[in-house]
Amino acid sequence: MNTETTMRLGVLFSGGKDSLFACWKAMQHEEVACLITVISRNPESYMFHTPNIHLAGLQAEAAGLPLVEAETAGEKETELLDLRRALLEARDRFGIEGVVTGAILSVYQASRVQRLCHDLDLWCFNPLWHTDQEAYMEDLIGAGFRVIITGVFSCPFDASWLGREIDHRALNELRGAARKYRITLTGEGGEFETFVVDAPFFSRRIAIEEASKVYRNHNGVLHIERAGLVER
Amino acid sequence: MILVIDLCYRENSLSRAEFVGPVAGILRGVGAVPIVRHYTAVSAPDLEAADGVILCGTALKDRGFMEGPERFGWLRVFGRPVLGISSGMLPIVATFDIGIEPCPGIGMTDIQVISPDPLFAGKEIFAAYELHEFAVQVTDRFVPLAVSDRCTQALRHCSLPIYALLFHPEVRNEWIIERFFDLTESD
Repeated sequence: MNTETTMRLGVLFSGGKDSLFACWKAMQHEEVACLITVISRNPESYMFHTPNIHLAGLQAEAAGLPLVEAETAGEKETELLDLRRALLEARDRFGIEGVVTGAILSVYQASRVQRLCHDLDLWCFNPLWHTDQEAYMEDLIGAGFRVIITGVFSCPFDASWLGREIDHRALNELRGAARKYRITLTGEGGEFETFVVDAPFFSRRIAIEEASKVYRNHNGVLHIERAGLVER
Repeated sequence: MILVIDLCYRENSLSRAEFVGPVAGILRGVGAVPIVRHYTAVSAPDLEAADGVILCGTALKDRGFMEGPERFGWLRVFGRPVLGISSGMLPIVATFDIGIEPCPGIGMTDIQVISPDPLFAGKEIFAAYELHEFAVQVTDRFVPLAVSDRCTQALRHCSLPIYALLFHPEVRNEWIIERFFDLTESD
């Protein structure tokens, strides 16, 4: 590899804060050629399931980046074959030389992507790997990301958290919850899921026009039914 | 001061946060003062001021740092503790003429300690994260300290305080980096 030239990279993309922040980091060092999304039909998928993945296309449009999408039934190891198919498509269509993920602590997810990249002779980047979670959340807000919570799966989150933006006040409350309930500040343990409505590299932001909440006993999801792009 | 050497493909690269940041963070957490230098920018004063050196790992495809292995010749005379992590053991391997062989490993593996050493004292077996394409061959110049079911995972030079780990201690085994720092304090 010629270290003087930038690499063309594909970003594994869920629409949540970690993949978009990793994308932004990648843009500061290399060229992001496309986003890559795997849409899982299995809500129990450890690798890919996330609420509102159907809006990945809208986020990609806001970012001005092409999106490679692949569907998967979400069964444990066959979903990796579907991810492999998506990576091959990204390599063929956009000439990617490497893949970026938003993995923070999950060895399960990171090692599976590492193996696929190794098999396909692609570089693998995890710019949030074992990051200082406190500093990361501050950076996220400070850089201008607007992130809302779209899923809660743990105590102490009640229904009021669904749709709430992670601003400094919410972050302070998350800190308190992290101390008291031993959850991760970033939701890395699956305690909550997020959706990014604005990012420093978006040309327009996402406006949520219609959404519904389903919540019971510290488990809930905000389903975004209609959304569009508006001027920032 | 601990000199943390970034072996990634470019100074301030996209890989730095992944392979260098966690190591420096663990050191800061135990009160150490890590100074991070890209391998192309390590100077003689950096080495003179260092109580110990950590050679960090890299992405699997990243081997540019081995294009000039002679730049790591200081390893022969440094005399203070050195820790090579995963691909960060390659400069040690090259400097001391140890052979390597293909042996890809990605994910968690069980590590068994087989020789007594302060770095692993009190541990018999532990799980660790590996990310490598090669394994080292056994040589009488290095003592194998720990193994997995497939290869040697930790080595120490037979007379110098130079350690080489195939796995990544910054993932799930921060205690190893903390103990390495202790070694630099007591050295």
